[in-house]
Amino acid sequence: MVLKSLTGNHAVALAVKMARVNVVAAYPITPQTTIVEKLAEYIDGGELDAVMIRVESEHSALAAAYGSALAGARAFTATSSHGLLYMYEWVNWVSRARVPLVMAVVTRTMGPPWNIWTDHSDYYEQRDTGWIQGFAMDAQEAFDMTLQAFKISEDPRVFLPAMVGLDAFILSHTSMPVEVPEQELVDEWLGARTQGFVIDGSEALIHGALSPPEYTEGFIEDVGKAMEEAVEVVREVDHSFGRTFGRSHGGLVELYKCSDAKYHIVLMGAWAGDAMEAVDALREQGYSIGVVRVRYTRPFPGEELYKALSSSKGVIVVERGVSFGSMGPVFLDLAGNMLKYSRKLPYMRNVIAGVGGVNVTYKDFEYIAKETINYLESGEEPSVIAWYHAR
Amino acid sequence: MSKLIRVVKSHHRIPIAKPSIGVSGKTGTWRWIKPVVDLSKCTKCYQCEIYCPDNSILVEPLKGAIVNYDYCKGCGICAEVCPAKAINMVEEEQHGS
Amino acid sequence: MSSIPILPRHMRNTVLPGHAACHGCPIPIGLKVVGAAFGDKVILVVPACCTSVVLGMHPGTAFNGSVVHVAFASAAAVASGISAGLSKRGVRDVQVIAWAGDGGTADIGMASLSGAVERNDDFIYVMYDNEAYMNTGIQRSSATPAGAWTTTTPLGKKEPKKDVAKILIAHGAPYVATASIAYPHDFYSKLKKAAGIRGFKFIYLHAPCPVGWRFDPSLTVNIAKLAVETGMVILYEYYDGGIRLSGPSRPLLDKSKRKPIAEYLKHQGRFRGINEGELRSLESYVDSSWEWVKKFMQ
Repeated sequence: MVLKSLTGNHAVALAVKMARVNVVAAYPITPQTTIVEKLAEYIDGGELDAVMIRVESEHSALAAAYGSALAGARAFTATSSHGLLYMYEWVNWVSRARVPLVMAVVTRTMGPPWNIWTDHSDYYEQRDTGWIQGFAMDAQEAFDMTLQAFKISEDPRVFLPAMVGLDAFILSHTSMPVEVPEQELVDEWLGARTQGFVIDGSEALIHGALSPPEYTEGFIEDVGKAMEEAVEVVREVDHSFGRTFGRSHGGLVELYKCSDAKYHIVLMGAWAGDAMEAVDALREQGYSIGVVRVRYTRPFPGEELYKALSSSKGVIVVERGVSFGSMGPVFLDLAGNMLKYSRKLPYMRNVIAGVGGVNVTYKDFEYIAKETINYLESGEEPSVIAWYHAR
Repeated sequence: MSKLIRVVKSHHRIPIAKPSIGVSGKTGTWRWIKPVVDLSKCTKCYQCEIYCPDNSILVEPLKGAIVNYDYCKGCGICAEVCPAKAINMVEEEQHGS
Repeated sequence: MSSIPILPRHMRNTVLPGHAACHGCPIPIGLKVVGAAFGDKVILVVPACCTSVVLGMHPGTAFNGSVVHVAFASAAAVASGISAGLSKRGVRDVQVIAWAGDGGTADIGMASLSGAVERNDDFIYVMYDNEAYMNTGIQRSSATPAGAWTTTTPLGKKEPKKDVAKILIAHGAPYVATASIAYPHDFYSKLKKAAGIRGFKFIYLHAPCPVGWRFDPSLTVNIAKLAVETGMVILYEYYDGGIRLSGPSRPLLDKSKRKPIAEYLKHQGRFRGINEGELRSLESYVDSSWEWVKKFMQ
């Protein structure tokens, strides 16, 4: 194991290299570009034995990565925002095709107006596509989650593509020391590329042919089954990763100071670090509060979240995105999933903040938490959904 | 089997199909006129076989062109391309197969 | 069996009887030639097009090889990926062919095609041209010739046909050829030649559609032949910087040897409404195509 100072993007690129990816197909978009540039450097420098397909669009990036994966290659692509939207047809195609591959999504606000800073709307919009969706908090986790994404995606119970989310700039372009394991250990842990079928001429196989409704329904239903089975796979992979490399992240969610907490902030992404800082400060001021960090939004960690939150006095879901005309996607998923376990839900509030890349600091989290808790303890309920404008 | 990879069959339903004859059923039922080969005129030049879109007319080296009426849709291309005029298209009703 | 000539012998087991093509469809004729060239050692990448329907419904398929059905704009990109994946794994005994219609090539697939050519990715791209969106009900594409009726050009298309082979030559592709389903041996030898060249290979395949062009299904091959004999379709190969006319088109360099275009048009209902002016402009399109070919001839 060595420590390397890496940006979030370079941590992803290094994990892709250490997964011994065979094919990278990608198209540049800010703020994803440094992932692809680093991979090009690895390939042209002879450090990674892979083909780089420098495509003419994101639509083709995922299409080409998909083609190589069909043919038996471990494949990777990365994109952001409008690039992700441009490949949306393929995002859906790859999962229904049941072909494992990995894509990093450096989350960025969608236009108009043009804006290159982070929010989570681009990532949220993929939630019905049938991809495993993880979201990293820091460069170490971006590295670990990328390696884990290959393992999860290629598990025979899953055979779905996996997406690793990371915030534009605040994670993609900031550095931290990252523990990098030995290559031999990664090889041993990850193993050979595994997939459910291969199109390489060894057998006449036809993929994706016109299908009658009854067959089609079965294929789609089984994407859902794979997603259900993926819950256990994500947990297992996190455990085995921990045993091998000495780091576990908690599976589908990470709990921070939750064991005795009465109130909870629920969120995902880089700003979870700011929320944790706020919790430290609030605890010093006597507030009983913890952070529940959502690591995977698909499969959605309903069971974990129910266990963590069912006896909470107040749940504050803070989100960098909103489903227009409704609420934040994580809040909606959380509320719906909690109902699977109990009809009686704790008080839950949805705060929309940081949209368009507005900087949200620990002070903002402190303010949001105090405001909510003070309302609740005075016997009043604050509005269930609110926009918070950090300044 | 294949270099670099392990193939493990999924227990889920996946949209993979296999080659098969009659994927649209017995397409001979689509026919309203049918090719009838006059084997005495057939020169075994293979033109009918090469151009048949339905792969339903095969030339046997000793006999000549044999139509597979189970699947022949009766488009009439074989009769058009036959240089020996050995194939006639005739109404189905008069010459049930 | 050995007394059977190569072409029919090798094409017998490729397109399986009982598929879903319309009467007289040219597509299975083309696919049979692909089978003759490569047997089952072929991976077809098929975007949304008539072939997606022709091959029939799950759980069966009327093609005895591998087929990957893909999103409309992406035949070239997926073929690039498959080719890269196979080369990385050292699999060399299978031919990757993007098999796309004119819409999937000249219209929605143009960007991904252009990208694959520019990268010189190693596969064969076949554009089978039935000159409109037939699968969706005969809507015009950019490859529909001027004057032709379609359901979206009820008065006839105003613009001339987009010549994709020309565009591909301008890209500097190592091998570009034009072929016709009327000349299977010619198409076969072009496929074989393409397979021996590393990098991007493009073959245009003219494929008259009885349903969309409004002619009797028995005439598919005759009409394809007339397209060549009138000079509407010029069969050639482009490699090493020059064009070589193929057998059936070679004598037609001499304009007097070409049949009148009207011979080709008269069998087709789609040209029924064509007027004298439109006929002249079709003729001048053909003349300019020949002039262009002459400039690059070796």
